[in-house]
Amino acid sequence: MTMKVSTRQVDGVTIVDCSGRITLGEGSVILRDSVRDLLSKGNKKIVLNLADVNYIDSSGIGELVSAFTTTKNQGGELKLLNLTKKVNDLLQITKLYTVFDVKDDEAAAVKSFK
Amino acid sequence: MFDRQTTAFAGNLIRRAPKDGFPAFWPFQAVYFVHTSFMAMTEQRVSYTLDSSLETIDSAEEKATRVATELGFGDDEVMQISMAVREGAVNAVLHGNAYAPDKKVTLAFERIGEELIITIRDQGKGMDLSKIPNPLAPENLLKTSGRGIFLMRSFMDVVEIRPSSTGTELKLIKRVHGSTEGGKEASQ
Repeated sequence: MTMKVSTRQVDGVTIVDCSGRITLGEGSVILRDSVRDLLSKGNKKIVLNLADVNYIDSSGIGELVSAFTTTKNQGGELKLLNLTKKVNDLLQITKLYTVFDVKDDEAAAVKSFK
Repeated sequence: MFDRQTTAFAGNLIRRAPKDGFPAFWPFQAVYFVHTSFMAMTEQRVSYTLDSSLETIDSAEEKATRVATELGFGDDEVMQISMAVREGAVNAVLHGNAYAPDKKVTLAFERIGEELIITIRDQGKGMDLSKIPNPLAPENLLKTSGRGIFLMRSFMDVVEIRPSSTGTELKLIKRVHGSTEGGKEASQ
């Protein structure tokens, strides 16, 4: 299943609903382009909703890190929402769970932005 | 039950091989063993020669998923094996062969006793093991690459990397009834 993203605005926060696989190639590129597009338009409060992301490889993990640091470097914030068990486990073993702000409730995620 | 699973494994590979790549060989004795008892059926091997392309990475992952499933690994282990093979294929295609059209990746699955042994070879310049960073080190946590080998070691029982001037050979081993914890590198 290829990666798909759609965006919506909730109280000034951009929710990016992702589905499919974030892997080397198309999946990573789609995520990268989406985040860059948002930032270029001034949307700097971003939540990646990964509820329907069922697979992610090391390139996909790298893309999440890149999205996080790129957003931060531009004065924004990027948070993760609704991780599947597989993605959660991957972030745990790579110690990235401590880097990302991970939420499991959308309303709480939106409220958490300053 | 295991006999049926391994028989299905062999039959599946034979049946599907022509459209999935390019099976280099399937030893006649393995085919013969398909119809013999489990005790006799302790060795099977199939290998593929693949292009240095993104498609090869997906194909390698799919093959690993199929083989591991047919061998009776659980869902979590199948995911671990397929992800380890995917990461190995990424290294071979990107870092080893650097997408060179004249260089191939060979992928082999071998069942010996209670072990699934997966070998991935590229034709690159050979990986420099001293340059593999620890992705868990604080200074590396925010790097966007360098986690592939770490994930392989996390998911497999044994990971061996043998670089040479004519390419790198990666061997991944998962034991049928082995622990998935504490993946280690047996030798380099």
